[in-house]
Amino acid sequence: MKEFIDTLFVFSIQLLVMLFLAPLVNGIIKKTKARLQNRRGASIIQPYFDLAKLLRKEVVIPVTSSWIFRVTPYIAFASTLAIVLLVPTIFAPVPFHWVGDIITVIYLFAIARFFVALAGIDAGSAFGGLGSSREMSIASIIEPAMMLAIFTVAVTAGSTDLSIIVNRLSTTPASMVHPSHVLAFIGLFIVTIAETGRIPVDNPATHLELTMIHEAMILEYSGRYLAFIEWASQIKLLIFLSLLANMFVPIGMAADVSSISLIIGIAAFTIKVFVLAIIVALIETLNAKLRLFRVPELLMVAFVLSLIALILYFIIGT
Amino acid sequence: MEYSLLLNDVLFAFLIGGFSFGAGFSLFFVKQQASNTSQQYNNLNRIKNFGFGFAVLASISGCFLSFLILLTGVPYHFEIIQTLPFGVLAIHIDQLSAFFLLAISLLGTAVSIYSFGYTKEFIQRRNISLMIFLYNIFLLSMVLVIISGNGVLFLILWEMMSLTTYFLITYEHEDSASRKAGILYIVMTHIGTAFLVVMFVLLAGYAQSFDFGAFRSVRDQIPDSIKTIIFLFALIGFGIKSGVIPFHIWLPEAHPAAPSNISALMSGVMIKTGIYGIVRVSFDFLGPGPAWWGILILFIAVVSSVLGVLYALMEHDIKRLLAFHSIENIGIILMGVGAALLFSSFGYKAPAAVALLAGLYHVMNHAMFKGLLFLGAGSVVHATHTKNIDELGGLAKKLPWTMLFFLIGSAAISALPPLNGFISEWLTFQALLLGFNIPDLAVKLAIPITVALLALTGALAAACFVKAFGVTFLGLSRSSHTNDAHESSFSMLAAMGLLSLVCIVLGIFPGTVISFIAPVTSSLLGENISALSVFNGGSIAIQQGAGNGISPMVLIMLLGGMVLLPIVFGFAFAGKIRKRISMIWACGLENVNPRLQYTAAGFSKPIRMIFSNIYRSSHEIEVSEETSTFFKKTIRYELKTESIFQKYFYDPIRKITVSGAMIVRRIQTGRIQSYLTYIFITLILLLLFAR
Repeated sequence: MKEFIDTLFVFSIQLLVMLFLAPLVNGIIKKTKARLQNRRGASIIQPYFDLAKLLRKEVVIPVTSSWIFRVTPYIAFASTLAIVLLVPTIFAPVPFHWVGDIITVIYLFAIARFFVALAGIDAGSAFGGLGSSREMSIASIIEPAMMLAIFTVAVTAGSTDLSIIVNRLSTTPASMVHPSHVLAFIGLFIVTIAETGRIPVDNPATHLELTMIHEAMILEYSGRYLAFIEWASQIKLLIFLSLLANMFVPIGMAADVSSISLIIGIAAFTIKVFVLAIIVALIETLNAKLRLFRVPELLMVAFVLSLIALILYFIIGT
Repeated sequence: MEYSLLLNDVLFAFLIGGFSFGAGFSLFFVKQQASNTSQQYNNLNRIKNFGFGFAVLASISGCFLSFLILLTGVPYHFEIIQTLPFGVLAIHIDQLSAFFLLAISLLGTAVSIYSFGYTKEFIQRRNISLMIFLYNIFLLSMVLVIISGNGVLFLILWEMMSLTTYFLITYEHEDSASRKAGILYIVMTHIGTAFLVVMFVLLAGYAQSFDFGAFRSVRDQIPDSIKTIIFLFALIGFGIKSGVIPFHIWLPEAHPAAPSNISALMSGVMIKTGIYGIVRVSFDFLGPGPAWWGILILFIAVVSSVLGVLYALMEHDIKRLLAFHSIENIGIILMGVGAALLFSSFGYKAPAAVALLAGLYHVMNHAMFKGLLFLGAGSVVHATHTKNIDELGGLAKKLPWTMLFFLIGSAAISALPPLNGFISEWLTFQALLLGFNIPDLAVKLAIPITVALLALTGALAAACFVKAFGVTFLGLSRSSHTNDAHESSFSMLAAMGLLSLVCIVLGIFPGTVISFIAPVTSSLLGENISALSVFNGGSIAIQQGAGNGISPMVLIMLLGGMVLLPIVFGFAFAGKIRKRISMIWACGLENVNPRLQYTAAGFSKPIRMIFSNIYRSSHEIEVSEETSTFFKKTIRYELKTESIFQKYFYDPIRKITVSGAMIVRRIQTGRIQSYLTYIFITLILLLLFAR
């Protein structure tokens, strides 16, 4: 019975932290960017107000659309939340780690992308198709780099199970500074930027048809539907940041449910994620958005880094 | 046990008898197509129901028979006749044959059900009895190819299968494209058969018999050089049938030309007979060979899968698009097979078993979802009379069930969890990961490249199916073709529903499915897969020191639970959702024109730009103007992509063949005296040298 309660506890903490930390991370990125651009910027809790407002607003459904348009927000949100349960954030072995490994996580992201892209086409406007087309094209060329970066970590840890990877690496701290590990981290960081639609790949703040990718797909969404889609993409960013944080720097993870390790766990996680968020904001400020057809070159860099990482591992060994 | 064997006999009789009777019975009515009365319509309809009824019966018996063999592990053996030069012509269903038999029978059941409704429109328009005859013979010959236990019998049935397919491709023979596709197919498949004949003769030279068992027993006596020739010939011969690149050119022409129920069978299972052949020869007859065999198959697999999906992205003919995806999926299957061959050549049998398992799992998966997608495409073409998706759109409202089933098929082929495509790709990734333990540089380089390109393939496939599904079913209609589109008949929907269900079950219960495939891999590799993995019901795990597991059954429950969360949260936070239906935003334009939508060609443009080196595309824009350049009358846009294989592989071969034939033509004077002289000279030469 105690085990069940513990599991339920870890499960709920995991879900709640990810759900309610995600808008804050977004707020921090926006605030940092604003400060770096000599603006005051909105408060870091502004994303919560935005979500609350959107949740209350009426939903406008295009007359041309089918049920795909209406179920997509829920599917995107649900599949992102399912990933939350598989990724170690505060606790090292998450209760449901045996349900899916890192490969499952990548393919679960594909569900949300698949349906959002379909919804883009479903609206029947030019923008939706434009966004879907670009999103799917960029996602396709991200995939090899992402898979290789992840395989590097999986090979070094001897498992594809995220919780096991994290546990193994935290017991051998030397592996964190292994050259192949560092290269894989950089590769995965570029992948994160591309996958979550940040500058220089996509601009989350734009509504200019020439440049937008993700925003074009969801242009027809409004009200509560938009709230869930936005929220899901905020959580997606947080998931990627926590993958980066915990797969490469697994420090301070809680191994049990005692209050001390829980506090340390939450603190460590929050600090790691905030630092990464600020780095993302820095990159966004220092770079201009790339032309769409220059993006493959950036992703090629990520791919080559990951490939070198994997080959280095064979040459140097552990 | 006695009972079970008797049951096997009965099921086998039903399997063979059903198809044979269905075919034979329809032959009596081949000529009764002329008159146009309603009485005759009813007669033909009845004939059609009988014909496909027999096919359903036979297919279901096939399912049960293969289940029995896979469960009990007792092969089914049946000797037809003892012939003097060729040994015993025997039927032998071992685990491998039973597995492929299961795939054929399962898809055969669904497609036969589909055909009840689908072929209705052929009645009094085309020769329906001929269709029934060819359909039954086609299924029969595929089944017999898989279960034959003798090389000569195999080749005869292989030819029977090829010829039946030819007639089915050219069933709509008044279309010149069909005739052309048929000729291309029959030329290619006969080149393949030529290689297979040589291969079997080489094997029989050592075995002194054409019996498969004899091939197996002389495995160690064949010198390595001959083994290599046998392997390469098998790879070419069977590769042509399975449509791997560079032998694929017939496939995108032939599959769309055939009626859709036939396309489903061809793409779903016929090309798998090539995979069966490769597995049978390289694992069963030859055993582990040098490492480069595996590397060669992996190379072909990677090229086929990436180029297959890239070419598919450029298609807007829905059936051609699906045909190119077959090439891609054959590539994914061969990744598993190639990795298994590679691993076993280093003696790593347990990882090899996992890799082969992944390949075979994908054989079953691809049969199911590709069958489903072709049937869905058939329903769309049936309803709209066009294969060009750029003329479709908005079919979601007119074909709601077809749309749902096509969506399930699209999600499965895009490897979205927890559907079946995901499971086999996951297994392939895991198998490749296991290969990292092999201390060989070539392997360690081959695996990351395969992993990266498999990931690329999967993502591009998802992009392609967003395009195929989105452009066909979503948005607004792009032409008048969809005006009187109507939902398919019940039997067609039932067949698609059945296949959708199978796709879901294969995805949610991988452990159960693997327990059926595991005997196959252990019979071929002599290594039980459970040495390395655990599987039960809804979850599987590949143990590599630690559990790398997935549990799709729990995953789908989590997903289901998580769908409730936003609904409940939204309601609790802000009450019932308020909806308003309105026009879309079109930059201020009031009339929403369907032509504003992205087309299939537009959708794949970024991919075309990124991979421009492969496509070498060229486009032509033709504008006719009326009075000034601002008032354009018509704009014609034509896009061409170049097939590198056509240009650099097939065209040179064709040119050499034609010019060679021109040289040979000189000795063919047409005078009988000179031919007699040739015969005489040949005879003397043979007497001199070939004693």
